[in-house]
Amino acid sequence: MIDVVLLGILVLIAVAAIRLRDLFAVVMLFGIYSLMTAVLFMDLDAVDVAFTEAAVGAGVTTVLMLSALRLTGRMERPSAHSALLPLVVVGVTGAALVYGTLDAPLVGDPTAPAQHHIAPRYLAQGPIEVALPNVVTAVLASYRGYDTLGETVVIFTAGIAVILLLGLHDDARQPATDSPELGRLVLRVVVKTLLPLILLYALYVQFHGDFGAGGGFQAGVIFATGFILYDLVFGDAIARRVMPPRWLPRLAALGVLLYAGVGVLGMLGGGAFLDYSVLSADPHHGQHLGVMLVELGVGLTVFSIVLAIFYALTECRRTA
Amino acid sequence: MTLVEHLPVLVVILPLMAAPLCVVVDHRRAAWLIALAAAWLSLAGSIALLQQVHANGALDYQLGGWPPPWGIEYRVDLLGAYVLLIVCAIAALVLWFARLSVEREIAANRIVHFYAIFLLAFAGMVGMIATGDAFNLFVFLEISALSSYALISMGRDRRALNAAFQYLVMGTLGATFILIGIGFLYMMTGTLNMLDLAARLPAVSDTRTVRAGFAFLTVGIGLKLALFPLHLWLPNAYAYAPSTVTAFLSATATKVAVYVLLRFLLEVFGADFSLGRMPLDTFLLVLGLLGTLLASLVAIYQTDVKRMLAYSSVAQIGYMVLGIGLASTLGVTAAMLHLFNHALMKGALFLALGAVAYRIGSVTLRDFAGLGQRMPWTMSAIVIGGLSLIGVPPTVGFVSKWYLVQATLEQGLWPIAVLILIGSLLALIYIWKLVETAYFGRPAGDVAVVGEAPWSMQVSIWLLVGANLYFGIDTDLTVGVARDAAGSLLGGTG
Repeated sequence: MIDVVLLGILVLIAVAAIRLRDLFAVVMLFGIYSLMTAVLFMDLDAVDVAFTEAAVGAGVTTVLMLSALRLTGRMERPSAHSALLPLVVVGVTGAALVYGTLDAPLVGDPTAPAQHHIAPRYLAQGPIEVALPNVVTAVLASYRGYDTLGETVVIFTAGIAVILLLGLHDDARQPATDSPELGRLVLRVVVKTLLPLILLYALYVQFHGDFGAGGGFQAGVIFATGFILYDLVFGDAIARRVMPPRWLPRLAALGVLLYAGVGVLGMLGGGAFLDYSVLSADPHHGQHLGVMLVELGVGLTVFSIVLAIFYALTECRRTA
Repeated sequence: MTLVEHLPVLVVILPLMAAPLCVVVDHRRAAWLIALAAAWLSLAGSIALLQQVHANGALDYQLGGWPPPWGIEYRVDLLGAYVLLIVCAIAALVLWFARLSVEREIAANRIVHFYAIFLLAFAGMVGMIATGDAFNLFVFLEISALSSYALISMGRDRRALNAAFQYLVMGTLGATFILIGIGFLYMMTGTLNMLDLAARLPAVSDTRTVRAGFAFLTVGIGLKLALFPLHLWLPNAYAYAPSTVTAFLSATATKVAVYVLLRFLLEVFGADFSLGRMPLDTFLLVLGLLGTLLASLVAIYQTDVKRMLAYSSVAQIGYMVLGIGLASTLGVTAAMLHLFNHALMKGALFLALGAVAYRIGSVTLRDFAGLGQRMPWTMSAIVIGGLSLIGVPPTVGFVSKWYLVQATLEQGLWPIAVLILIGSLLALIYIWKLVETAYFGRPAGDVAVVGEAPWSMQVSIWLLVGANLYFGIDTDLTVGVARDAAGSLLGGTG
């Protein structure tokens, strides 16, 4: 029942986002949309996905889109194109999706093929073979660790693409110039108090991903969010002194290299690419070590790229 | 494990790791050298792979040491090795060509990241070819897609940004459709491994879910391979991208998409389902023919040579799709041949255009006037590439057209054979326009003295031109491999 309500809300938000011309409101709606999706994932017991959706979709994407809005302006220009063709495409796609689900197993159907073919081994053997309590992490980082390397490279690619387009410079020309209003003061005190907790929480998510929900993706985003928050409230000169923009592409590249390097170590150890079992004399220990290292690589890349994209967008704003 | 056993993954992770290495080193010349080394090593690997696969059959590689379908599997069969070879060869030659061209066309502070993104696009494509896992294919498709958008946006013309954005929208649609399709298949089979999918799909193939998945996958891949009428992103993207990017993408990106189409249609779903029980063969025939004829017609009226050849690419993709639509071993052989051969033609032609752009800074038809005398080598390369495009013996273009016409006649479809020849005549018209301007046109106004393109550029161009001629005469490798691969994919049913 609750999924029907949530899905209904999603449809309403989507329609509203299409109809609104005020992009600021649209960005807010996107944030809510992601949050609702995260709730929906929670309801489906997909905790890790929900966590990622909340951190990435509802959290940092909203900030990045708002930064982009400062460049593009707040109101959408009326489109010269007719909406007829897109409407037909969307209609046909929707119809095809509905058609496709007619013969599909229902959500939670215990006889569905997805429950029987591959999943049983993940559930039964995962805690033994990979020796991680969190099966999701075992699948993502070990069984399908190569996909996760690919996803990390996708993030890296996106970041380098943004840097190619917008540029990323080091000089913080404008130090923070703002009047110490009361609202600002409250904000500063709150952020100063929260910041260590945010960073600590990011580290917890990073290193606790083996046991509970979390991992490099979420941790990287949360860590970057801490920097972004500080930057937004205290002006960009100071955050940039702690983490100079020119380091970020390199740091992101090092994250990818760390992940792939662990894979190469597996090869040198006599196994296949990304075979963690050969990293240590004890295969379980090797798996553990491998997963920890690759998650670190993911965290490093995601953190650097998210922050680099934010810097690039704000940089562009100042020079514009 | 021995080095040979690691080959399937090595050809992919070399460029994949070279890209971040470029960013870490952060030095322009070093970045080019790293990219070049990675591409040539991958090429060496792909040659060794083709030899291995030819001798011993398909190579499997279990990533992470997990057996499929639990882990991700790389699987390089004859078709895969063949497409890997052409993609790696093009990347190696384009990167050799790239140094001067990139210095001219890309801002100095962007060159390092440009090479990194170039390598990522390359790695994404070879990853799509080598993988035997449907979801892994999607991941590498995303890598190659994102990097292609960025590469195209680097064109000097401001319109490159619009072209890249248009491609981004269409490409993302395509990728999403592919993902939805894979999702539907997973729903019904519980697996993502392609061979496992092929084994488990027949039992559930008569469901609406699988049919919808099939439709989503086909349309998604159709967007990626610029299947008429889903090709609208391509002409602008190729016209405004930097020269090296156009040469690389035109010779590889759509080819990889054709390869993915073949994989899904013939291996995952099986020819009986996709070309028999689904009416896709007729669709592909009609769309292929329409694409060939209409795009060739439009190409005739282009004043920008890059855009002319971009429309010609849409037309050539039509031939490949047509070959698949014939649903016979000979037809698929022709499609695979043309995949390989078209990469050679367009690689040579677009690289030659890159050399022209390097010297005269423009590739509009008007500026080609008198170029026959001023850049004789480059223009001869364009002429030979053009002849190959038309399909004149002894070029590779003739070989693939020959097999395609044979495949149509085999089924008694002589009107289609006639239409294929008309397509060649249309190609003759637009290539003639170019030749006429270059050799008989009088340059307008002040003629700056223009020299021939530098030798380093000529090397890449002429190696590709040479390949156009060599594989036009010695067809053992291409025809042999294409026929064997088509035979094994169709399981002797054709």
